[in-house]
Parts: sequence; structure tokens; C-alpha cells
Amino acid sequence: MDIAWFVILSAFIFCIGMAGVLTRRNPLVILLCLELMLNAANLALIAFGRMHGSGDGQIFALIVVVVAACEVVVGLGLIVAIYRRRLPIDVDELSELRG
Amino acid sequence: MAEQIVFFIAALLAIAGALGVVLLQNPFYSVLALVGHLLALAVLFLMLRAEFLAAAQIVVYAGAVMVLYVFVTAYVGGSDDPLRPQGGAIARIGPLFALALLVEITVAVTGSGLAALDTHGARVEPGFGSPAQIGQLLLQKFLVPFEAASFLLLVAAVGAVVLARRRRGLEDSDGGGEPAGGVAV
Repeated sequence: MDIAWFVILSAFIFCIGMAGVLTRRNPLVILLCLELMLNAANLALIAFGRMHGSGDGQIFALIVVVVAACEVVVGLGLIVAIYRRRLPIDVDELSELRG
Repeated sequence: MAEQIVFFIAALLAIAGALGVVLLQNPFYSVLALVGHLLALAVLFLMLRAEFLAAAQIVVYAGAVMVLYVFVTAYVGGSDDPLRPQGGAIARIGPLFALALLVEITVAVTGSGLAALDTHGARVEPGFGSPAQIGQLLLQKFLVPFEAASFLLLVAAVGAVVLARRRRGLEDSDGGGEPAGGVAV
């Protein structure tokens, strides 16, 4: 398969994730859509690494996976904290930084 | 020929999973759609000769991270979440933004001067993307990012524990150290 196909596919997935981040209101689903965007970036990184025949792109993708895991842990911790406060789980309602 | 068939099946599954994440109303089903999406992506990684990353994708992402999501979704309660009400301006403009970005990237990729984009990629030796090569790169060329990533994981773990702790229990042991407004029940 040509590398361009993989890059176009990653653009598709990235844009679907972006549409989800912009339109959904549940922070859980927004985190899921962020995962989609990060994975699309991973696919592009690996495709370009394959294009150049070097392993560096795969290392970048691995670091992105680590950063995504950190983001998930902190984001889910925030959601659990919001839930404990009996606040609505809705990003439109939660528009202030103070609890 | 078989390569094209595998690519298109995996690509269709990946796009279907992504659409499922965005469009399904129940967050629980969204998580399951993301698991399917990640498995399809692992197949694509294999086609790009990234065997270690494909395995890590399945074990770490589809295994560990998604289990975390499922736990939190079950804890918070997968309430049915309608898309933005019709009055929301972003709900109408958001998909348009995404479509514009897609057109932009597609034009950029198809019109780019990168001649290698239309090839199968550079010729690589048999060990490309194997755990041995990844390990060697991580511990030699990319040692500093590797250590930074491990430190980042530690910080995130501590931060999550601090964020999700029971605040009332902490206040009791502190003797009311936090202001009274700290807990709203």
C-alpha cells in the first residue's frame, strides 16, 4: 500500500475525533474523542517513519501513547472528582474553574 | 492484492469505530467502539512494519486504558447523553470545521512534493520495528525522552490519586484545613 493512503486515513480519523470534541458534551466522550485524535497522529507518525525507513517515528508514537495514558489518568481523575462533588457531568454546565 | 484487501477492511473498521465513538449516545458503547477502532489500528500498524507498537497498542490501549474507561463509565453511570441541543451554535459549526480541516489536509497530502508518499516506503532490514530495535533506540538515541516519559507517568499517577481522593476524609484528618466551601454535598 502507498504511504499516502495511511496518511489520508489518519486525516479522516483526526477530523472525526475533532468533530466529536466540538459537538459532544459528556467529558468522558470528549476524552474518548481526544484518544481518537492522538491515535490518528500516531498512525501518521508511523506511516512517515515507514516512509523514511527509520525507527524514530515509532519511538515518537510510543511517547505519544505514554502521554495519552497520562492524559487519560488525569482526565478520569477529574471526572471522578466532579462526580463526587455531585456536579453535573456536562462541559456546558462546568464552565467555572472553582468548584 | 491481499495487502489492499486487508488495508481497506482495517481502514473501514477504524473509521466505523471512530464514527461510533462520536455518534453513539451511550458512553459505554462509545468505549466499546473505541476498542474496535484500536484493534483495527493495530492491524494497520502491523502493515507498516511496527510490530512492537501493534502489540503495545493491543495490550496497553485496548487492554489497560480501556478497562480504566469502562470502570469510570460504570462508576459515573453511563447516562444517555444527547448531542448538543439544536440551539447550540458550535453543534452546527463544529462538523463544518472538521470537514474543512479534512479537505485542507487531503489537499496538502495529495499536492505535496513528497515523492516517497506514493511508494511503499523505503527498503528496510528484516528487524525493523521489532522489540529489539525499539529497545535499542529507546536506550541509546532517545534515552532522555524515555526517562522523561517515565517521570511523566509517575507525576500523572500521583496527580490522579490527589485529584480523585475523598476530600471529606482528608478534611477530617486535617482538622478542617480546607475552607468550608471545599465540600459541596
